[in-house]
Amino acid sequence: MSEAAVKTVRKPRPKYLNLQALIFEIRLPLPGWISILHRISGALLFVALVWLLWMLDVSLSSEAAFNKIKHYAGLWPVKLSLLVLVWAYAHHFCAGIRYLFLDLDKGLDLETARLTSWIVLGASLALTAFLGWKLW
Amino acid sequence: MTGRIVTGAHYGLRDWLAQRITAVIMAVYTIIAVSVLLSGHPITYAVWRDLFAQGWMRVATLLFMASLAWHAWVGVRDILMDYIQPAGLRLTLEVGVLLTIAAYVGWTIQILWR
Ligand code: HEM
Repeated sequence: MSEAAVKTVRKPRPKYLNLQALIFEIRLPLPGWISILHRISGALLFVALVWLLWMLDVSLSSEAAFNKIKHYAGLWPVKLSLLVLVWAYAHHFCAGIRYLFLDLDKGLDLETARLTSWIVLGASLALTAFLGWKLW
Repeated sequence: MTGRIVTGAHYGLRDWLAQRITAVIMAVYTIIAVSVLLSGHPITYAVWRDLFAQGWMRVATLLFMASLAWHAWVGVRDILMDYIQPAGLRLTLEVGVLLTIAAYVGWTIQILWR
């Protein structure tokens, strides 16, 4: 072991993974955030699917039911939840396509990986805003 | 790692590849569906019903759901393998996820062809 390595004072690691540790101590780099958000969005979409299918089911059952769902989707807590899901889908979609390119060995160098991470983040927020505006 | 993990099954390439292929199928469907929905008329019940009455839309939506089923199974199982260590609990959750996915697919067929 080299002199320098022996003398290096080890920074204490956070013992528990809490929000504070995640944001201030671990300082996950941007592609790391894209990754964890991809996982969270995938899990969220899986769980939310029961609700989305229910809305699809009702909306296709009759004209009155369709209008009820339209009204329901306009209530603010529902709208807010739907917007979160639109974002989750948009992020999972954009980040997913980024991963497909990474799997093909495209965009692996640090600079490009960072740039595409920003693009994913920005594009999914823009898509959410655009679709939210179109839907309501 | 020591010992063989009983929950999880098939490590490796097949699931990895399936997850990617299904991702591409879903992405294509998403682009088509969003374009159709955003092109032209406001979505009234008649527009909505007619869209899902078309054969290609039903088949495409079912293909999407089948892809989602496989994709989400691989994905959620990966997540469970990362965070849930006790084998019994993990197996229970995996069975729950599989049943949920089967129900999602069955329900989708019911919605599309009634
Ligand atoms: C628009 C279509 C989609 C695309 C392009 C896509 C893409 C991907 C890709 C490439 C992965 C692998 C990531 C990795 O291993 O690092 C993945 C994982 C995953 N996807 Fe998707 N996906 C799509 C739709 C969905 C949907 C609709 C769901 C849920 C209902 C979902 C749930 C998941 C889950 C749970 C994972 C595992 C995440 C992880 O291991 O961290 N995906 N997706």
